[in-house]
Order: sequence, then C-alpha cells, then structure tokens
Amino acid sequence: MDLLAFARGPALTIALLVFCAGVLWRIVGFALLRIRAERSRARASFAKSAIEGLLATLTRSWPHREFIARTGAGEALGYSYHLGLFAVVLLYVPHIEFLGSLLGFTWPGLPSTVITALSVLTATIFLGVLFRRVTNPVMRMLSNFDDYFSWVVTMSVLVTGLATSAHFGARYETLLAIHILSVDALLIWFPFGKLMHAFYIFPSRAINGAVLARKGAAS
Amino acid sequence: MSRPAPRPMHEPSSVGQMLRQHGISRRAFVKYCTATASLMALPPGLGAAMAQALHGARRPSVIYLSFQECTGCFESFTCSFAPTIENLIFDVISLDYDDTLMAAAGSAAETAMQTAMRENFGKYILVVDGSVPTGAGGGYCTAGGRAAADILTEAAKGAELIICVGTCSSFGGIPYADPNPTHAWPVSAIVGDRPIVNVSGCPPIAEVFTGTLMQYVTTGRIPDLDEHLRPKVFYGNTIHDRCYRRPFYDEGKFAKTFDDEGARSGWCLYELGCKGPTTYNACATVKWNGGVSFPIESGHGCLGCSEPGFWDKGSFYGTLSAAAWGKAGEAEPLHVLGYGAAAAAAGVAVGAGSSVLARQRLAHDAAAAPPAGGPGTHPTTPEKD
Repeated sequence: MDLLAFARGPALTIALLVFCAGVLWRIVGFALLRIRAERSRARASFAKSAIEGLLATLTRSWPHREFIARTGAGEALGYSYHLGLFAVVLLYVPHIEFLGSLLGFTWPGLPSTVITALSVLTATIFLGVLFRRVTNPVMRMLSNFDDYFSWVVTMSVLVTGLATSAHFGARYETLLAIHILSVDALLIWFPFGKLMHAFYIFPSRAINGAVLARKGAAS
Repeated sequence: MSRPAPRPMHEPSSVGQMLRQHGISRRAFVKYCTATASLMALPPGLGAAMAQALHGARRPSVIYLSFQECTGCFESFTCSFAPTIENLIFDVISLDYDDTLMAAAGSAAETAMQTAMRENFGKYILVVDGSVPTGAGGGYCTAGGRAAADILTEAAKGAELIICVGTCSSFGGIPYADPNPTHAWPVSAIVGDRPIVNVSGCPPIAEVFTGTLMQYVTTGRIPDLDEHLRPKVFYGNTIHDRCYRRPFYDEGKFAKTFDDEGARSGWCLYELGCKGPTTYNACATVKWNGGVSFPIESGHGCLGCSEPGFWDKGSFYGTLSAAAWGKAGEAEPLHVLGYGAAAAAAGVAVGAGSSVLARQRLAHDAAAAPPAGGPGTHPTTPEKD
C-alpha cells in the first residue's frame, strides 16, 4: 500500500471515526449538562426566549456598534478567512467529489483558478490573523497551545492543498497524500481543540440569548 | 551425425551494412534518427550524431523473454506506427531470441537463446515482458521445462542491460494484483545486481520502448530514470499536465457521464475517474498509432496503467479525490456505515457518561456544601448558564 492509498483509505477511515465519535462526545456531554435552576421570576415565556435566542445568533454574529471601531478589523479578518475556507473546501471540484463520496450527492463548483486565488488570499489572511494574535498583548495572553496548534493544523491543510494543485516540491501523488494526511490530522484534532467551535458557536449563542431573554436582559 | 546448433535470427553486423543491404539511404536514416531524437526531447543536433554513432555501431544482441503476460506489450511493439521504421528497429538490433516472433520452436529455440547468451555474454540486452511467478515451485510459467524465475536468473547474469517492457515485468502488473495467486513478482524483485530500465504501461507505447532502446544503443548510456526506474524523458510528466483537456479542468468544466454534452465537448474526465493526475507516461504527447489518439482523446479516462499497483488502487471509475474504503480501495459503504454507527454510539455513550458523572459530582458538592448564604456556595461544577 502506497502513501496515497494509506491516506485515502485506513488513515481517512480512522480520522473520520475519531471525528464522529469525538464530536458526538462533546455535543452530548454538553447537551446533557444540568441547566441551572431559575432563581427569579421569568421575564419571558419559553417561546419568546427561544425566539430571542435565535435572534441572538444573528445579532451576536455582527460587531456591536459601540465596539466596531475596536473590533471591526479583527472581525473582518475572521469573516474573510472563514468565508475563504468555506469556498475552498466546499466549492473546489475535487473536494466536492470527496464530500460526495461521503454524502452521496454533489453540487456545482468553481473553476480551479478561482479556487487557487481564493486559497492564496485565505492563507495570506490566515498569516495576518496569526500576526495579530502574537503582536496584540491581550490576545497573546489569552492564547494557549490549543489556539496555535489549531492554526497550524488548519494552515497545513491550506498550504499542502496549494502545493498539490501547483505540483510544488514533490510528485503529485505524494503531495496529494500529504494533503489528505493533513486533513486526517485536522479531523482527529477537531473534537479535542478549539476547532470544535464550528459546532458550538451557534448553539451557545442561541442558548445565551434565550437565557438572557428569560432573565429579562438584552442579549 | 549431430545437427549443428541453430544460429541466432540475425548475424551481428554493423548497422551501416544492414542499411545498405535493405537499400535504406543515409538521408532517410538521418531523418529517422532526428525524429527519434525529437521524440526523446534531445537537442536536434543529436539526430545526426545519433545517426553517425548508429551507422558504425555493432548491432547489439537482444534476447526477449516473455513470462506471465498477455502478449499485449509485444503486440503494441509490433504495431509501431511506421512499418519501415519498425523494420529498421528490428535491423538495428539483433533479435536473437523471442519466442513469440521467431520461427524456431522447442529445443531449437532454446538452443538459439543459449548460443546468443554464450556468444554475447556481458554484452546483450535482455528484454523481459511479463511478471515472474514463483508459486507452485515456479510451475505457473515454464519454458522448455524450466521455471520463469530460473530462466530469468540465468539470462540476467550476462545481460548488459535489462529492459522491462510493460507493467507486469516492471511492477508485477495484473498477475501481482491482490491476492496474487501465482506469487508473481516484477523483474527487479528477482534480479538485483543488473541495471534495469522499466518501460511500464499496459501495454507500453511502442515508441517509448524503441526510443529507450535506441538511446542506449547509440549513446551507450542508460537514460535518466525516475524513482520507478523509468526514463524521465517519457515518464517525467503526468498525463494530466500534458492533457489537451487540462484547460477544462482549470475552468471547472467536467464531463458527468461518458455521453453527455461535456464529454462530447472534450471537457475534463476527472469526475469520471480519470487517473491522469497521478499517472506518469507519454500518452498525451507521443500518443498511439502514430500519434493518432490516446485513451483520453478517445473519450475514456486514464486507468493509470503505467503506475505500480494500478490494479489495486480502487475503481477505474471512482474519482481520484474520493475516499477509498476497504482493503483494495473498493467502496464498502455498508462496512463504513457500520463503523460510523459504532463510532457514533461510542461518542454518545462517552458523552452521556461524562454528563452523568458531572451531575453526580454536582449533587455531591451540593450535599456537602454549607447552608445557603454561608461561605463556599459559589458553584464550581459544570453547568449551563
């Protein structure tokens, strides 16, 4: 079995199983935690607080007017590389074919040249995000191994993907195998690190919004 | 009275003599050499140098052994695009043994091989076609009552160079594919101490074989080889990189079926399982049948036949970037679903277990805590806000 067959076969299978088990462990473990008892009269019905919770996923996903001057640049960077990642992962035809082999359906993609340009842009922004993290004293203090390792794992997928499409540094099948192995590493790390925010971010915003509405506070 | 031993098919002589015998002019010969040099991406000036070297060169003895194979490689070789050129190739070398082509059979053929090996020991070129089975004591492939591995080992001892023609002799090919019932091996696994050049493909392109042979005969040097011992000049690029459909790949235009509008418009066959991106060969440039076409131009994706283990790399029609499940890369969705369900169940169980433990710890802390309002009532256990 060559490296590519290993990466696409056993390594990918194991990575997906770890990803699946790990994500469910984290989600179920969180969902079954006891909800703190209400110690004051509820200011909103369950229905209204649920709607407020859903609205909070939108309102909290945009910088508050008062803070936009301070946080706008950071949020713009964050949105940019997330959108870039989504486009590269979901709209590149070989990726669509890979996801199609897992999901059973496919969708139209973008031209490879567009994806390459987006990948370069996303990787550049990703470097900017790291620069901001290490140069901003507050962010540097808040950051730990998880932040940096998650960055490395995600960036390695981008870089190896670009190298593969450009046939840079090695034979194509070797580069493709390394790229898939980097994806395997990301899948394995995903449930155990901050990458898990992909599953947590919207439910946590909704729950916070609902709880605050229940208490009569603005979210 | 004992019968004299049969002589090889051609007496070794200079190429120039052979050309004169066949009425081939020097001009035609130089043109042929220039074309060959061009095929091998050598500088144009080397064509004349090649002709000069070849003209005075002694025709090297070539022994062509066929083992566990389908004769497709030899068929490809004999279907070389220009018959006059093909004749020339046969006359440039002295093909002293080839059990497919030679008129002699039985012990006469075997004696011809022994004679050629003895008279040209250390100087002949050994061409091998087919894998070498070692199962059942070598009984799966024998010639003259001898196992293929024994014949190869003996013939390799006096070979100046071994050229493996086709994927079977280069990498084991189809006989080597899982479960390899005959315990077949590529030549390189049997012969370790002789220079080997692999001309892989199922079958290989005729001009790739003749070009490799020509370069060695004229320059006396083995061409630059890649990691699989293949001439870089022919195997240096992927088919994908040289494919005329490549621009459509870059534009994101892919045929969805073999007979849709995209396929008819020449769009990329990547989604139909083309293995061009991982296959190194000259199909897209040298092409077949005198440059008429190649599989992708005929509307079918590349099978990756010139790569090691191509038969065990999953479906020919599975997209290259799709996940490969199972031992041989074949899709086994039911097994995958089963594993996935087991992983999901394990994840749910561990998650539920951890939350139960958290609740128990919370209850324990609450029971052990002082009355409300006293010190130490601040909750420290995990709870959702």
